Amino acid sequence: MFYIFCPYCGEHREEEEFHPKGQAHISRPADPEATSDEEWGDYLFFRDNPRGVHHELWVHAVGCRKFFNITRHTVSYEILEVYKMGEQPSITAEHYAAQQGAASADKERNASQAKHQEGVRA
Amino acid sequence: MSQPNRLKTGGRVDRSRQLTFTFNGQRYQGHPGDTLASALLANGVDIVNRSFKYSRPRGIVAAGAEEPNGIVQLGSSEAGQVPNVRATQQALYQNLSARSTNGWPNVQRDLMGLVGKLGGQFMPPGFYYKTFMAPASMWLTYEKYIRKAAGLGRSPTENDADIYDHRHQHCDVLVVGAGPAGLSAALAAGRAGARVILVDEQEEMGGSLLSSRESIDDAPATTWAEKVLKELSALEDVTLMPRTTANGYHDHNFVTLHERCTEHLADIAPHVGGRRQVRSRMHRVRAGQVVLASGAHERPLVYAGNDVPGNMLAGAVSTYIRRYGVVPGNRLVLATSNDDGYRAALDWSEAGREVVAIADARQNPDGELVEQARAKGIRVIAGSAVIEARGDKRVAVAKVAKIDIEGFKVSGPVEELACDTIASSGGFSPVVHLASHTGSRPTWNEELLGFVPSPVKGMTPTGGAHGVYALGKVIADGFKAGSAAGEACGFERQDASLPKVDERREGAAVALYQVPHQKATLRGPKQFVDMQNDVTAAAIELATREGFESIEHVKRYTALGFGTDQGKLGNINGMAIAARCLGRTIPEVGTTVFRPNYTPVSFGAIVGRHCGELFDPERYTAMHQWHVENGAEFEDVGQWKRPWYFPQKRRAENGERLETMHEAVARECSAVREKVGILDASTLGKIDIQGPDAREFLGRVYTNKWAKLAPGRVRYGLMCKDDGMVFDDGTTSCLGENHFLMTTSTGGAATVLEWLEIWHQTEWPELDVYFNSVTDHWATMTVTGPEARKLMAELTDIDLDKDSFKFMDWHEGNVAGVPARVFRISFTGELAYEINVQANYAMHVWKKLFAHGDKYGLTPYGTETMHVLRAEKGFIIAGQDTDGSVTPEDLGMHWAIGYDKPNSWIGKRALTRPDTKRTDRKQMVGLKPKDPSVVLEEGAQVVFDPNHAIPMPMKGHVTSSYYSPTLQSGFALAVVKGGHQKMGETVYLPMVDGQVHEAEIVSPIFLDPKGERQNV
Amino acid sequence: MSNAQQFDTRPAGEHASEIAVESPLAYSMHRSGAPKVKADTRVTLRERAFLGHLTLRGGAIVLDEALRDVLGMSLPGEPLGLVQASFDGPAGECSIQWLSPDEWLLIVPGGEEFDVERRLREALGDAHFAISNVSGGQTLLELKGEAAREVLMKSVAYDVHPRHFPVGKAVTTVFAKASVILRRPSEERWELVVRRSFADYTYRWLLDAGEEFGIGVER
Ligand SMILES: [Zn+2]
Repeated sequence: MFYIFCPYCGEHREEEEFHPKGQAHISRPADPEATSDEEWGDYLFFRDNPRGVHHELWVHAVGCRKFFNITRHTVSYEILEVYKMGEQPSITAEHYAAQQGAASADKERNASQAKHQEGVRA
Repeated sequence: MSQPNRLKTGGRVDRSRQLTFTFNGQRYQGHPGDTLASALLANGVDIVNRSFKYSRPRGIVAAGAEEPNGIVQLGSSEAGQVPNVRATQQALYQNLSARSTNGWPNVQRDLMGLVGKLGGQFMPPGFYYKTFMAPASMWLTYEKYIRKAAGLGRSPTENDADIYDHRHQHCDVLVVGAGPAGLSAALAAGRAGARVILVDEQEEMGGSLLSSRESIDDAPATTWAEKVLKELSALEDVTLMPRTTANGYHDHNFVTLHERCTEHLADIAPHVGGRRQVRSRMHRVRAGQVVLASGAHERPLVYAGNDVPGNMLAGAVSTYIRRYGVVPGNRLVLATSNDDGYRAALDWSEAGREVVAIADARQNPDGELVEQARAKGIRVIAGSAVIEARGDKRVAVAKVAKIDIEGFKVSGPVEELACDTIASSGGFSPVVHLASHTGSRPTWNEELLGFVPSPVKGMTPTGGAHGVYALGKVIADGFKAGSAAGEACGFERQDASLPKVDERREGAAVALYQVPHQKATLRGPKQFVDMQNDVTAAAIELATREGFESIEHVKRYTALGFGTDQGKLGNINGMAIAARCLGRTIPEVGTTVFRPNYTPVSFGAIVGRHCGELFDPERYTAMHQWHVENGAEFEDVGQWKRPWYFPQKRRAENGERLETMHEAVARECSAVREKVGILDASTLGKIDIQGPDAREFLGRVYTNKWAKLAPGRVRYGLMCKDDGMVFDDGTTSCLGENHFLMTTSTGGAATVLEWLEIWHQTEWPELDVYFNSVTDHWATMTVTGPEARKLMAELTDIDLDKDSFKFMDWHEGNVAGVPARVFRISFTGELAYEINVQANYAMHVWKKLFAHGDKYGLTPYGTETMHVLRAEKGFIIAGQDTDGSVTPEDLGMHWAIGYDKPNSWIGKRALTRPDTKRTDRKQMVGLKPKDPSVVLEEGAQVVFDPNHAIPMPMKGHVTSSYYSPTLQSGFALAVVKGGHQKMGETVYLPMVDGQVHEAEIVSPIFLDPKGERQNV
Repeated sequence: MSNAQQFDTRPAGEHASEIAVESPLAYSMHRSGAPKVKADTRVTLRERAFLGHLTLRGGAIVLDEALRDVLGMSLPGEPLGLVQASFDGPAGECSIQWLSPDEWLLIVPGGEEFDVERRLREALGDAHFAISNVSGGQTLLELKGEAAREVLMKSVAYDVHPRHFPVGKAVTTVFAKASVILRRPSEERWELVVRRSFADYTYRWLLDAGEEFGIGVER
């Protein structure tokens, strides 16, 4: 059960008030008739399924009924940010990877300091 | 009364009151403050169960949630049966009645023990599968008996007499566990002003303090606990919840709690003030911060015969003595790898019973508690362990020998010590279960010899839960965690004014996960790792030999840590043994994830009050009461209850009978076709659309044209998704130049509104238009049939002349004195008026129609008749005749597609894709069975050649099928490949029973193809 | 003008009073009854039926102006705000609440909704807005008493603690398996705006959840 900050209501609400609507930032081609079948097929059917940072469209269905975007980590389920329609994310996969790279170097240093003691292997 | 093991004084039980209870039919006495387990031990009950697989006698081992053996079936009446109750967690109450979960016919004399013996010296993992699988078909036969014998508890066969509840909680800081760390954390957060919830699974808060030997501020530890609890209960925003287990820890700090409200009082919740009380309650907590103060479980030592009744955890022995005033035996041998275990020997000795010896695995035990034991003259055998317990139904002998831990062997002569109890302590395992529910795998800490929680956002482990064990440090650690949690929620940091706790000098512990035996593990007597699932050290060794190297696979092969046990006692030892066999370290073999729930939760609590009539919302229209009073049978359409048909009484041989559905529907259909019928159509979705761009918007979401629809007119529209597939349909009326009323299918109301919004908000925000749901505001009644105009004329001031109020017009006026919008639209093919009035007046109008309608034969009809009538006309139901793969062209509705509209309306581009242009797509047709008495099955597959070898190429399927009293024949709508070009051809519908129906492809419009009847 | 069709759904004329009107809870009262308020009742329920409910859509600035012109009240200044005012003297009251950045719920005394809508439409002139009369589609329930908050805690996942739900707040949220608008007009009073078709479910739920507090229904 997620706890989602609605940028319009200005507070966190339970997941049951929201509907997920798939990948964010899929915009309809301005002139559909000018697209090739392949381009149109891409727009209709093809979506990203990343392990990690993902931008999603949600709607506060039992609430203000407004659509907005969520940047969510698909492994930890952490919601990294929410932003309104028409806005761009400040956290992207590249940005996030750079941040995590720094953090995991720290972790390795700590792990190497683990101590050994009598009867490690039972 | 004889409670041979009850001490004269001490403990927190109320000796002034007696409670009578029965266990396996035998009556015993206990006291308020007892658990079922402490009362059984007080009465000297050794065997509480038979083991799951080997059917060995088992006794109580622990004093808390980790108890593997004392699992009972509770309840004196059938309706009050509760399976899988841990005797160690069940408070004793007057007339409590419990039985062993396992053991058939009974625990003392067990038939299944034979199976264990037949299985030979060693019953390997996979025994049942390997032994009973051949022939495979016989497994079902064996399984019944094996399951009966093994026993997993049973559900009551009668309805639960109790009620259950949910409660949604929110807090800044949730503290799980009210031992020294939790109390102190709650205090810090509470003092800061945070909203705090403190939960503890036990009857009484205090955790280890309730059986502690230590002093706080020079007073018993319980005094401090009482003081803290008093302060906490005085804080307005601190909620204390004893008897409440935090069972699941989910995303974003969502924690489920199971509160047992009356389970300590009786089988079935007693009434208070004549009202039912909630038996147990699920709390759904959204916490800002979670402080995990769940403590640690003591690890038992794994030695041969360690499951014979009388083998217990050292800490549990202390708890029974100090908290319950029960010494569970006479002569104790303690086996330990650490200082903490010594408390059991000290408590035992102070209770006036004999401590035979302490077998300490360490070479030079020298902590303070060790010295205290020596000072009492207790014999300490250093560098040794109990390598085997002997005894039939109770421990009789402990075999003690020097051991070489590194070399994993017995290194000295074996001494046999007569005793009736063996307490063991292999150190502590932090209770990391909750933290790992979130998906975070625990981290091995070599210093602590245990797994500790990995970081979880918004969660702070404290005290034993992350390996801080010394009381003074635990209190300080808890305070720090509570203060930090409060701070993270925006409250001020609290300065600790910590109580005085004497620091105890402690000797280092030694890691000992499996005690060596003279014989190799696979050949020696059984050493139990997981008693609840009957998993032995040998089973784990065998699993590794059979090639299971991942601990997750070993777990599944052996059942280690399965089910309600969730590895509380056995997981670490099991992993360590697997690691030893594989020649790896514990972190190398990996860690396992614990899953919710931590302890079993009754279904009642999970369901709460979402049961019976409140299981799901039932939506009613404004005329519902009339339908009920007029005998309607109801059909569920989404959450709506819609009248399905209105069976009437018919004369029968013995008086009267109700019509069958077939008879009722035939009568209702004829009434509409010949006279006049009325349908409650209020459930249709209704969306009020206003704005200067409303018309433009409609043009983009519907496939057909809206530019010229004038006020006062109505139009049918089809909606596609952008893939060109039909997803809803309905009529939309022009109310004013910038004002429309859209109707949707009953099921589509919410979906369509969201659909309009998503396009408006994400693609076309520049269009000035608003959508509001008015579904519930209006009640809709359809008056339809040749006599409809006459009936309407009696009740309305609207001019009904066919030239001034034409088909697909709407007019406003009064009907039965109530302002109404009346729409001349028809879903039956007959003359029809859809009357819309404000729902609060609907019953009045409905009743007036009947008052006037009798002479015209006004007949109420339900959804079944509606379906027959619309299908006769070839009108589709989106979602029944379409399934998201049907285009408007497939439906033959080219007339509803505006390819030349100026905008690229939703679905248009996709309709020019090669796939949507195929001529062999499944297309909507009518099917007329050759035998008119046949009503084809909906979903039946259409084939062209019934003699084709199986599998036959399937060419389509039936989407709607009914019997038509008007046509006097069965008829169907179907989608058939290339169907539009196959009019008059014969197709076949092979049925499951071997019958093959023949049908002719015809137009889907079976009646009045020119639409003359509705246009009169 | 907005070119929208306004329609008075209430019967008028000399026989109007003879027309039976049924609130969304009429069937529920008939079927499930209404437990009496007793001495040990800790929560009471009351339906305030037949009020005028109008959904207002549009920009906050123009709507605020129109509302001040017509009713002398302003829109709530913040999301999730609820503002109450008296309506033509002390007998009547009206309220306006935020539902969404471009949506508000105006509740006026029963029978006034048509006139209020007409006057608002006039005041709004050519602005882009929408007003929908939804008076038949929803009803207002009142919960009062010391256990009201506990009944709500059983029913909504939303946090109803006074720190989080002060007087003057209003939210749309999930209620059991339905949805409601939940409002807190005063310290001791909670209001639920319930959709007509879900009213019976909501009513039965409240009676069931309120049983342990001896819930009583004021009629
Ligand atoms: Zn919102």
